[in-house]
Amino acid sequence: MDENILEINDLVVEYHTDDAVIHAVNGLNLTVKRKETIGLVGETGAGKTTIARAIMRILQTPPAKFCGGTILFEGQDIMKMTEQQMRKIRGDKIAMIFQDPMTALNPIEKVGYQIAEAIGLHNKVSRAEAEIKACDMLEMVGIRSERYSEFPHQFSGGMKQRVVIAMALACNPILLLADEPTTALDVTIQAQVLEVMKSLKEKLDTSVIMITHDLGVVADICDSVAVVYAGEIVEYGTLEQIFDYPTHPYTLGLFNSLPKLDMTEPRLKPIKGLMPDPTNLPQGCKFHDRCPDATEQCAIDPPGMAEIAPGHLVKCFPKGGE
Amino acid sequence: MDEQKKKKKKSRFGEIWRRLKKNKAAVVSLFVIAVVVLVAVFASVLAPYPYDLQDYTAPYAKPSAVHLLGTDRLGRDTLSRLIYGAQQSLQLGIIAVAVSTVIGVIIGAVAGFYGGWTDTLIMRFLDIYQSIPMFLLCVTLASVMGPSLKNAILAIGISMIPGPARLMRASILTVREMEYIEAAKAIRARSARIIRKHIIPNAISPLIVSTTMSIGSGILSGAGLSFIGLGAQPPIPEWGALVSDARNIMRDHGELALYPGICIMITVLAFNLLGDGLRDALDPRLKN
Amino acid sequence: MAMLEVRNLKKYFKNKAGMLHAVDDISFTLDEHKTLGVVGESGCGKTTLGRTVLHLIDITDGQVFFDGKDVSNPSKKELDDMRLNMQIIFQDPYASLNPRMSVSETIMEPLKIEGRLSKAEMRAEVKQLMDTVGLADRFENSYPHELDGGRRQRIGVARALALKPKFIVCDEPVSALDVSIQAQIINLMLDLQEERGLAYMFVTHDLSVVKYISDDIMVMYLGQMVEKAPSDELFQNPMHPYTQALLSAIPIPSIHNRRERIIMQGELTSPINPKPGCRFMDRCRHAAPECVEAQVLEEPSPSHFVACCRSNKI
Repeated sequence: MDENILEINDLVVEYHTDDAVIHAVNGLNLTVKRKETIGLVGETGAGKTTIARAIMRILQTPPAKFCGGTILFEGQDIMKMTEQQMRKIRGDKIAMIFQDPMTALNPIEKVGYQIAEAIGLHNKVSRAEAEIKACDMLEMVGIRSERYSEFPHQFSGGMKQRVVIAMALACNPILLLADEPTTALDVTIQAQVLEVMKSLKEKLDTSVIMITHDLGVVADICDSVAVVYAGEIVEYGTLEQIFDYPTHPYTLGLFNSLPKLDMTEPRLKPIKGLMPDPTNLPQGCKFHDRCPDATEQCAIDPPGMAEIAPGHLVKCFPKGGE
Repeated sequence: MDEQKKKKKKSRFGEIWRRLKKNKAAVVSLFVIAVVVLVAVFASVLAPYPYDLQDYTAPYAKPSAVHLLGTDRLGRDTLSRLIYGAQQSLQLGIIAVAVSTVIGVIIGAVAGFYGGWTDTLIMRFLDIYQSIPMFLLCVTLASVMGPSLKNAILAIGISMIPGPARLMRASILTVREMEYIEAAKAIRARSARIIRKHIIPNAISPLIVSTTMSIGSGILSGAGLSFIGLGAQPPIPEWGALVSDARNIMRDHGELALYPGICIMITVLAFNLLGDGLRDALDPRLKN
Repeated sequence: MAMLEVRNLKKYFKNKAGMLHAVDDISFTLDEHKTLGVVGESGCGKTTLGRTVLHLIDITDGQVFFDGKDVSNPSKKELDDMRLNMQIIFQDPYASLNPRMSVSETIMEPLKIEGRLSKAEMRAEVKQLMDTVGLADRFENSYPHELDGGRRQRIGVARALALKPKFIVCDEPVSALDVSIQAQIINLMLDLQEERGLAYMFVTHDLSVVKYISDDIMVMYLGQMVEKAPSDELFQNPMHPYTQALLSAIPIPSIHNRRERIIMQGELTSPINPKPGCRFMDRCRHAAPECVEAQVLEEPSPSHFVACCRSNKI
């Protein structure tokens, strides 16, 4: 169970445009264990999607540029693989689902056929076997297999997303990257999709990296959480550690910004200011100019990761008296 | 504040210019067009001779210090005629396109903004209109109105109306679905204001591109009309007319057709390439 | 007398498949200083409801009263007067601002159209408005594409406030924003309500936001109001099976006292030529034969309305 299937060490990704360098990912470390579901939480522009695309190695280069670090998948460095090796891994061992299901579905092909094709591409099975497996997958995500021969436009948004999940999981990937898979869906449909994902990852022993901005989704489906801010992880821990003992000021700020159902205060407590400009990140701690507890030191030195409890890491200077 | 505002406006133009600059072909084209325009404007200063000055002693003169590009069958200076020709051709292209753009934009704007049966009526009319080959329409119009440069311009302008009309309608249909149009309604803006302040400024970019490109095809159609005798009448040295002049003596004095031909080609190409470059520069999707 | 009263409002759209009942027989009242939350899933007609109340789209049937005056079929003049009192803030801070107009131009436009103030007065007013919504002076000449979502949404709020309305329809004003920015905008709207006594109709699919901001909440399903109650009451005692399922589906950012989730079967259809019975019937786990009858809105406890014939049996 404790076997690491993915290890990201000091990953740095930049985007080079004509007149600026965007620092999207700045020295990111992350490990994913077998069967673990890890939530990657952060706001727009935090670099979450870049991280996922880097793991899949589907970043457009240029403008994107890998500037350092390693991504070890089952011990092998993804950055050093040939495109051919990578193609074998993509879809087979690592699968990805996107926010918009239509980016993954071919509008003029039957959905069942698309799933069967994905199966046939990565496994040596006969056409008929692939079709049977595709029907099974459809049933597994709660779609009747009679709908095998329908086209994507005949499905609603939530169902399309479930088809995409079926397609992604059809080859029993070791790792599933889910980039905001439920953001575009209504709450009740989101509930359906999350339910499907939960039962499937149990059944198939897949590790999941769940990229989201919604702490509610994280609480629902994840085992551990990494909070991302300005391209680095500022806090990492188990679900309990992050939700019961949030420590980094940014994590605390995120929780306080959310209206809670049992809330009685007359006003919310937003984080002041805005996400920093990724072409011009602040010196020292990247959060210091928005942080309520910032000291002079924070503006000068970037804090290192401190382990405040076993497995609970926080990128912040220890506070006096605590 | 107004000064600041000006600075801001300029910087937006600057942004477009910055993006346009990256496209080498567009920059070269812009330079070519600038040269052609300057030549046209200062034709009377630049041309060594008037375009209709005949030198009976020297028909078909070879290029020399007196006549840099030689003379035609009436001993008129070829270079001078090409220079004045730039004036005629450019005028023809620009005015014709101006006519078609103004009329087309109004028709397209009405169709796009009001929609419903107005739109259907206008669009079906344009469908029929466009089923007639454009050049044939030009020829018919020009011959009905009588051969002259002015009529050629009108004929070309009228025949090119559907282009900008369709384009305008399409952009308006896109823009009018935007929430800011609804917002304008909510703050009590009248239709005229909505069209003027909110729709046109946002629908105009593709129009600028197509207008630029149309000038090229306007010049080309004009040259075509003149070639078959329905455009500029002698001795007016429109480029198409120059080619036409030379068509019977092409075998012996091919250069007389070649020079204006090259002028037409380069100018039309420049307008097209500039239009291409503008499309990239104006496209907000490429904005980072 | 309520400031805004909507009686049996209907908005139907004709399309190829038949008549789409986007808003079907909705009634409510709203007082000054109060917020009515309207929740439902995409396609339930909540956005259309907001637009119809404001007359941005025509009413098919029903009445709207503002300050006791019937504004259901306003003349051009009446519509103009009405818009002085009723404004709207849009969901998408990208699409709702004209990209070719600067911040000050956008905020000044309603004042220009109104034509009441001199140029200098308008400028002063724009400054004042920008200050009110927390936009720094230096953004005066910026264009929307140069600003982030939160600032853009502030421009939208300032534009809506320019005519000093009493009532604002807020159409998912924070859905497109990040949580930390979302909280800033919600606080701003609450401050404005307190200062100016504004009434809001807050249309959203985000149930935790609506709970926090609303006095009353209306739940819509396929064009109809299925339940309406004071917000605490609705969350404590949801009576309609749809409301119950909807509330249970909210992802809660906490790992304690997690509730049992009601997973609904199937998905939203669209209300084209709907049958008279309960529109939620096919997805409802409490459906019974009597659900094919038309559902009547009842008031089982004061101010708590529900349209479900089985609400007292489940």
